[in-house]
Amino acid sequence: MSNTLTIFRRELGSYFNSPIGHIVVTAFLVGIAYLWIEVSQVFVEGEASLRGYFYWAPFIFTLFVPAVTMRLLAEEKQNGTLELLITMPVSDWQVVLGKFFAGLAVIALAVVLTLVFPLTLSQFGDLDWGSVVGGYLGLLLLAAAYVAIGLMASSWTSDQVVSFIIAWGITFSLWLFGKLIPLMPAAVAPIVEYISLDTHFSNIAKGVIDSRDIVYYLSLIVACLFLAVQSLDSRRWK
Amino acid sequence: MTTTEAVIRVEKLTKRYGAKEAIRGISFDVPGGQVLGFIGPNGAGKTTTMKILTCFIAPTSGSAQVAGLDISAHSLEVRRKIGYLPEDTPLYHDLTVLEFLQFAAALRQVDPERRRDRIRSASDVCGLGGVMAQRVGELSKGYRQRVGLAQALIHDPPILILDEPTSGLDPNQIVEIRELIKEIGREKTVILSSHILPIVEATCGRIILIHRGELIADGTIDDVVREHGEERVFLRLADGAPAEQVLDRLGGVEHVKGCRAADDGYLLALEGRDGDDLRADIHGCVKDNGWTLLMLESRSTGLEDVFRKLTAQGPEADQM
Repeated sequence: MSNTLTIFRRELGSYFNSPIGHIVVTAFLVGIAYLWIEVSQVFVEGEASLRGYFYWAPFIFTLFVPAVTMRLLAEEKQNGTLELLITMPVSDWQVVLGKFFAGLAVIALAVVLTLVFPLTLSQFGDLDWGSVVGGYLGLLLLAAAYVAIGLMASSWTSDQVVSFIIAWGITFSLWLFGKLIPLMPAAVAPIVEYISLDTHFSNIAKGVIDSRDIVYYLSLIVACLFLAVQSLDSRRWK
Repeated sequence: MTTTEAVIRVEKLTKRYGAKEAIRGISFDVPGGQVLGFIGPNGAGKTTTMKILTCFIAPTSGSAQVAGLDISAHSLEVRRKIGYLPEDTPLYHDLTVLEFLQFAAALRQVDPERRRDRIRSASDVCGLGGVMAQRVGELSKGYRQRVGLAQALIHDPPILILDEPTSGLDPNQIVEIRELIKEIGREKTVILSSHILPIVEATCGRIILIHRGELIADGTIDDVVREHGEERVFLRLADGAPAEQVLDRLGGVEHVKGCRAADDGYLLALEGRDGDDLRADIHGCVKDNGWTLLMLESRSTGLEDVFRKLTAQGPEADQM
């Protein structure tokens, strides 16, 4: 476990040793603020609710999370440092988990910084804090799932751009399917509903913490991390 | 560690990538305390062999044991026993030297109480005292190489595996690293690969020559040169000596195996002379024939000549 922590700390530090970490977090905050204020017109509508924010956040995460995760394994392969890391007495799971938590920490930091939105709103009107807390929890679970997908994508390539595109492709498709459910035939709709990250997220955002939704997210996270470990491990197969 | 038991045992190691065989049937043992040099042309399979020993990749067939542990079954323990510096010395450029060594010490399972001492010890041995606060990316190549060596030593492993530890260094830096390796080699088992033969000659007690995936020479440098090299004498005569006659007469001297014109003179290959200096006999032959001698010297083949002979691609291999 201390290996995981060592890798976590190194990875988190490396995000902020270079401008990348700062730039990506800032870009996210600017983007989500724009979407929330301008596109969903929350101040025009006059209702003290974060519905607009929670509507758009999953979409902007499809851009923001892959930007954060794209370097996690791809960069190490490109630099050759993966060889240094993997030949140390650490297990592949420790490497993947350490990097997963570091990526998640960066996203979580950005999400925590958006607390300024509900805090601002609460000055203007009555905010349903229950659903706000639920929404943020759902958002963190969604983010964790996206990070796992992004890490898996990064494990498949040594090119960061390809890693970004694969991760964005998967998360965006999942987001899109969720939005298209009303247009789907009745037979297919329930299946897509179950697969869609968005559905489970909106359940939680309503303030309802259903174990099925938690199970969905955890299964997805574990499955993607498992595939990332397999990808690392494959070099040791005959 | 001064035992002479084999600490590394490699048996019929083969690695295939699709249809291409990177290494084929390589077998050797390394006793404790030895400094072994892998030499061979680029692409011969030296790096592949090292990546297998350090558990970075798995062999297609064959087996290897490090300190008695099988590399597949006990990968984690094997990795604890080895300090590895991969080719091109990959490091984390955004960390300071101290941060990097702390990271390496932690992942290489150095006890938390011993970490500060181990870091100080490794940085002393590698001469990093003055640069601990600098970022790795800002260091010169020579210093980065030292950082790479330091991280390989940080956990005081019994075995060091260094892939091209001097690549890209200037001649001064090469000497420094070479001396460092000699110092380290006094107490540890070291495998290093290089295609710069003088480094290998200066530091290694034994060499293994790998070519096109196969092991084609194995032994001390002297043994390998003696087995694959040749004793030669070079002769230069004043103008006027008829070529065919010279070849004919010199070939007649006992122990002279062959003679060919080269380099404005004649190169004689010798055989079976058991340490006798044949130059006196050759000189006698020259005098008897009334020729004027300009130069007569021994030229035994060295490691480089043996290397080129054994790894040459074609007709060259048949010439002396």
